[in-house]
Amino acid sequence: MGVDVGLARLSNELIAGGIAAYSLGFLGYAIDSAFGNHAPRLPEEKAARLDVRVPALVGAAARTNGAAAPTAPPPSPPPARVSFISAHAGQFAIAVTVVGWLLHLGAIVSRGLSVHRLPWGNMYEFTLALTFTAVTAFLVIMMRQPARYLGVFVMAPVVLALGIAVLVLYVAPAPLVPALHSYWLAIHVTAAIIASGVFTVATAATTMFLVADHYETATAAGRRVRFSGLARIMPSSAVLDRTAYRAYAFAFPVWTFAVIAGAIWAEYAWGHYWQWDPKETWAFITWVIYAGYLHARATAGWRGRKAAYIAMLGFTSILFNFFIVNIFISGMHSYAGV
Amino acid sequence: MSEIHTDVDDAAAAKLDTAPVDRDEPVEQDELGTRQRGGRSTATSVLGWLRWAWYSLTSMRTALILLFLLALAAVPGSVLPQHASNPLRVRQYYVAHPTLAPIINAIGGFDVFGSPWFAAVYLLLFISLAGCVIPRSRRHIRAMRARPPAAPRNLGRLPHATSWTTEVPVGEVVGASYGLLRSRHFRTDAASTSVAAEKGHLRETGNLVFHLSLLVVLVGIAVSSNFGFTGTVLVTEHTGFSDTAIAYDELKLGDLVSRTSLPPFSFTLNSFDATYERTGATRGAANSFDAHITWQPNPNAPQRTGDITVNHPLTTGGANVYLVGHGYAPHFRVTDGSGQVFDQVTPFLPQGSTFESQGVVKLPDAVPQQLGITGFFLPSAVDDTSGRPISVFPAPDNPLVVIGVFAGNLGLDSGVPQSVYTLDTSKMKLLATTQLAPGQTLTLPDGQGSVTFVGFDQWATFQISRDPGKGVVLVSVGFMVAGLLLSLRVRRRRFWVRAVPQDHEHPGRTLVEVGGLTRTDASGGFDEEFADIVVALQRALPPAAEEPVEQLRED
Repeated sequence: MGVDVGLARLSNELIAGGIAAYSLGFLGYAIDSAFGNHAPRLPEEKAARLDVRVPALVGAAARTNGAAAPTAPPPSPPPARVSFISAHAGQFAIAVTVVGWLLHLGAIVSRGLSVHRLPWGNMYEFTLALTFTAVTAFLVIMMRQPARYLGVFVMAPVVLALGIAVLVLYVAPAPLVPALHSYWLAIHVTAAIIASGVFTVATAATTMFLVADHYETATAAGRRVRFSGLARIMPSSAVLDRTAYRAYAFAFPVWTFAVIAGAIWAEYAWGHYWQWDPKETWAFITWVIYAGYLHARATAGWRGRKAAYIAMLGFTSILFNFFIVNIFISGMHSYAGV
Repeated sequence: MSEIHTDVDDAAAAKLDTAPVDRDEPVEQDELGTRQRGGRSTATSVLGWLRWAWYSLTSMRTALILLFLLALAAVPGSVLPQHASNPLRVRQYYVAHPTLAPIINAIGGFDVFGSPWFAAVYLLLFISLAGCVIPRSRRHIRAMRARPPAAPRNLGRLPHATSWTTEVPVGEVVGASYGLLRSRHFRTDAASTSVAAEKGHLRETGNLVFHLSLLVVLVGIAVSSNFGFTGTVLVTEHTGFSDTAIAYDELKLGDLVSRTSLPPFSFTLNSFDATYERTGATRGAANSFDAHITWQPNPNAPQRTGDITVNHPLTTGGANVYLVGHGYAPHFRVTDGSGQVFDQVTPFLPQGSTFESQGVVKLPDAVPQQLGITGFFLPSAVDDTSGRPISVFPAPDNPLVVIGVFAGNLGLDSGVPQSVYTLDTSKMKLLATTQLAPGQTLTLPDGQGSVTFVGFDQWATFQISRDPGKGVVLVSVGFMVAGLLLSLRVRRRRFWVRAVPQDHEHPGRTLVEVGGLTRTDASGGFDEEFADIVVALQRALPPAAEEPVEQLRED
């Protein structure tokens, strides 16, 4: 089947637009974080509570007898004097993120239509899909809890990754080699993309957790912290830790499933469900590290920073698998193409 | 949702903890049975030492360290070439690093996943896992049968708590609360003035199912390695294969499989089709491979025809036949000095994506001298800028062979095993070199005969394997995912309701106290659930009107 060149070109233009929108979004989140109208950094318990949503029923109860509201809404802080730009940077950032997300979606769909297949057959397409999941996960988290603060830390790697994809990894759209002609491509690679995208967002939260935790520990000990402004605009480490954990707890089973689906496919395609192909090996290493993170988080003496370092190590192994293994180590996954 | 740091919470929540927890101090176990390091014995006896070793091995900390060792141990297996997956690259490594390679080999670096140290790490990990999970399963079964723990003395100190007075008498408060919690599928237990309810045992069930399934995966792998086999065979078009040990080019049998117990199927490769991308950026990339076969599950069964393609193996007799490779086998008709004719179809090995293929034809029976042909098969030959023919496309658009013909001693009698793909020319003389298109003939000098390039066949390599443990592995990984989802999504929580008669202050009224407890690190929603239950309780037990109701605790 031929390649629809027009659609392929459209895809390239859409992704360029997406990158532009995300870059503006990054700028917006940065301005919002730095100068926006923020609640002052709250003590941990109070801050932790910000993500609680009081259900409607409780509101009803509160009206009838006022007894059941588990949380009073946090008192809104007196508005600081901020410029118009600073005050609206956050909303602007979210708006352009959504625009970028739509362009990004369009780029993926048109790329797929141009080659009549799922557009995740090589590193360029995989990067597009992975960053798309990361932004989707970020938007979903924002719908459920105030999470605009994650914006800078999500948009920076997304823009960077898309830039690398367009400048370095780009390959013209083309059909796939026979080994990839399988519906398992849809199952296995989609799961891997979703998991990696959510891991990316979780890693952003963990990075922020480490900064915030460093700040909190140092402040509690009465030490001065460099770049403390960065930490002051973040939520408390407890909130960040919990946000990150939820993302990991979502992504880990998906990753597990991706590895299993890959093994089932390998059984059909290569005759063995597990052959310690370099990519398999690193998927396994990633899995083991994140399993370690989940256990560490429940183990006295490993909670907090140590667990966070383990999670960071897990993401490092994902990056290693994607860049180093794909490009420098040949294996049975090599047909995936640079 | 809200993380609360009060003494009562930490102590009580710890008891609710269903995740493995390691503690340095011996902890009185509640029925949830956390992974612990109890009873550190200072005894110097062997038994005491063993007990210490067992506790250490089954502790969470050790399991964590073993997990990381496992990840670390897998790294060299991805960086160094491995015998099992790529023996050719191991040989290349030996050539490139002649001093380092034997050292790496000695420590198992080329067979990481079969090495004793890798096995040591995962076996220790699995023993540690079994030592933790099995006793924990027993405790969990007990816990599921146990009644929910009775209400703590002071419900108001729980992280989620509220209270109000109502006109409803004590007995009815207890009854209504019991019914309500029961209807929400809590395991509920009523005492005279209080109700205890608990939910979310599925979390620990999922957790244990996940870990037990991991153990079963290992069993499945062991079954496969003992009762399975895997082999590869190269089959040229129009020739056949029957499943006997001798017919394989390479065969690895499980420890408990005999060479005579292979499934009795056979097949013939009638023809092989490959199509390639003709245009675009990926010109030359394969589009499809298709091996057309005739096969029989056993010698007495009727012949059937079928196809083996990538992703679609043939399954017969408990074994799968996979298409794993292909190439060209040029057909030479050699006439020797005495007029004997040899028809030779010899598989040549592809050297790259354009299928320039190299190979050797040996004619030990040729007279007056043994003949050998070494050369290349080019499926789509064009001359490069220097006039040398190269192949530019994998399909046979313009087939050509470039050969050298040698006469002399092939060295087959020396006793040293030879590769069929190399020609030892040390005792041979080069007679001629040439290029031949199909149908062309090279006449050899000195009356040594002639060589005709008749044409070519294709060949395919098949991997044939039986993996009897894979069903077990598949089912257990299914349970693993299910268990994982339960353990990460379900939250363990307890509710208590106490009815305190207010006979002294307000005769006829009852103080209703509600308390809730959960782990803070599980998925959210407890605040909502607590509020929901309180609202439902207040519908059934309406607060007394004129009394200002105590606000729900804020912390």
